[in-house]
Amino acid sequence: MIRLAVISGKGGTGKTMITAALAHLFCGSLVLADCDVDAANLELILSPTLIRTEPFMGMKTAVIDPALCVRCGECGEHCRFNAIEYLADTCQVKTLRCEGCAVCTYVCPASAVTMQPRQTGEIKYSETSRGHLVHARLVPGAGNSGLLVHAVKKTALERDGTCDRFIIDGPPGTGCPLISTISGVDAVLVVTEPSVSGLHDLRRVVAVCRQFRPRIFVAINRFDLDAFQAGEIEAWCRGEKIPLIGKIPFDPAVIQSVREGNPVTRDGTSPAAQAIQRLAANIEQELNRVGNQR
Amino acid sequence: MKLAVASGKGGTGKSMIAANLAFTLSRTEPVSFVDCDVEEPNLHLFFPGQGTPRDVTVPVPVIDDSLCDRCGKCGDFCQYGAITVLPNRVLFFAELCHSCGGCTLVCPKKAIREEQKRIGTVSLSLPLPFLDLFTGTLDTGSPHAVPVIREAKKQAAAGDSIMIIDTAPGTSCPVVEALEGCDACILVTESTPFGLHDLQLAADVTARLGIPAGIVINRSDGNDEEILRFCTDHDLDVMMTIPFSREIAAIQSRGDLLCRARPEWQKDFMGLWVKCRALAGAGP
Repeated sequence: MIRLAVISGKGGTGKTMITAALAHLFCGSLVLADCDVDAANLELILSPTLIRTEPFMGMKTAVIDPALCVRCGECGEHCRFNAIEYLADTCQVKTLRCEGCAVCTYVCPASAVTMQPRQTGEIKYSETSRGHLVHARLVPGAGNSGLLVHAVKKTALERDGTCDRFIIDGPPGTGCPLISTISGVDAVLVVTEPSVSGLHDLRRVVAVCRQFRPRIFVAINRFDLDAFQAGEIEAWCRGEKIPLIGKIPFDPAVIQSVREGNPVTRDGTSPAAQAIQRLAANIEQELNRVGNQR
Repeated sequence: MKLAVASGKGGTGKSMIAANLAFTLSRTEPVSFVDCDVEEPNLHLFFPGQGTPRDVTVPVPVIDDSLCDRCGKCGDFCQYGAITVLPNRVLFFAELCHSCGGCTLVCPKKAIREEQKRIGTVSLSLPLPFLDLFTGTLDTGSPHAVPVIREAKKQAAAGDSIMIIDTAPGTSCPVVEALEGCDACILVTESTPFGLHDLQLAADVTARLGIPAGIVINRSDGNDEEILRFCTDHDLDVMMTIPFSREIAAIQSRGDLLCRARPEWQKDFMGLWVKCRALAGAGP
């Protein structure tokens, strides 16, 4: 199995649109995962049929029993996350702030604090025309998105580990959900856009990826919106010896296909669809090289 | 007045809206402008200037092997799996550590002390006479964005000027940390199914936090009906709509500001600010 994560650093560069199109174009058996668990969008294009849903339990959360609390303030004193709130006759845990460290349970002299499991999301396992999709929903505002990403990938590998390809739609950024997404993958495709922000964010996310040693490829989406910035990105990739394997033009057909809930490559005649077909062929070629190396 | 700009979906134009608002306001009054998208901070690209970075550090445990008897209590207590105690040594995985201090508390031999470890920086620059830009930057490879966001907001809160906060995309802890304590929030969206879906999630977060929110539709191609319906149903005011134009995209992509390149837009952003003030006044 070859594992490919589509990521971007900067948000909104077209990761999900490209992931869906690659899933549509790739040959062989696939399993798909949407690891942008904050705002999962792959299902809006792939129209999955839900097979089953499982609760996701994040870190346990502290709960204070008001009947036992003596309001000494030890918990708040030791909590490094400002998660303890003092009320008139008791202390209370601000659940959104609690990181589940359990220090409060240790320091409470009245044994009034316990760690309780809390559901912070759900993991969904679905059928699509291109293979199974594991996706998730994080309770808005909840933490632990890195843990949920890990759980999504684990579900995909456990249930569909024999597929030829594992394609992941990643989150934006460089923090814990991104790190959790790229750990253990063979290759990442970084989708960027021709702007100073796009290049800045590309450089940062590549710096993170290099700590995990996957093969790195770059594609520029909407490259024709700023030819100069696209050129800057190309020059940077050349200097860093990162293969630039796709350039997709700005094309209203992309938004149209998203609105219709279809991969843009379904009707393969638009300029964007044709560019993504070339991108997919280039990735196939590069991934087979990854496969041969292992 | 503390105003956040958030979005759910990435790339809808949060930084663009925040930067133009801060630029316009700072022509007449002092503004503290805070980049809380610490994983990918971009505001400094639109406001070049020499910054003075200060390290953001978090405490991490250091184990004194001469005192440690490998009892394993620290490893058992650590909820994050950051400490593994072997018969002859203790392994510490810094990237899993949340700096809670639990291991130092439970160690019966007092063999664990804490040391500050750098995870990022907050940089202050003064690109315009009335604009202080605070940029939080997470070191690449460091997973924990929240302490950097907290520090950026803390440094910016020193004065009593208007504070405008640019948040990360998404709906999880970095966004909650950036939004906390804000008087109002602009949610930036685009008229696509992705934009609408993620706007719903973001509006859920602001509602849970009790922060009044208003909407800006960016890069509108005129097909905004579904967004407008959602906003009507949820009593969210659409404060501004910016059409898609290649010219605006080009101004952005080269690192310029719409209100600098096309000053006639400043009155639109002043109008947006007036609506944000009203929004904050209407809050709980």
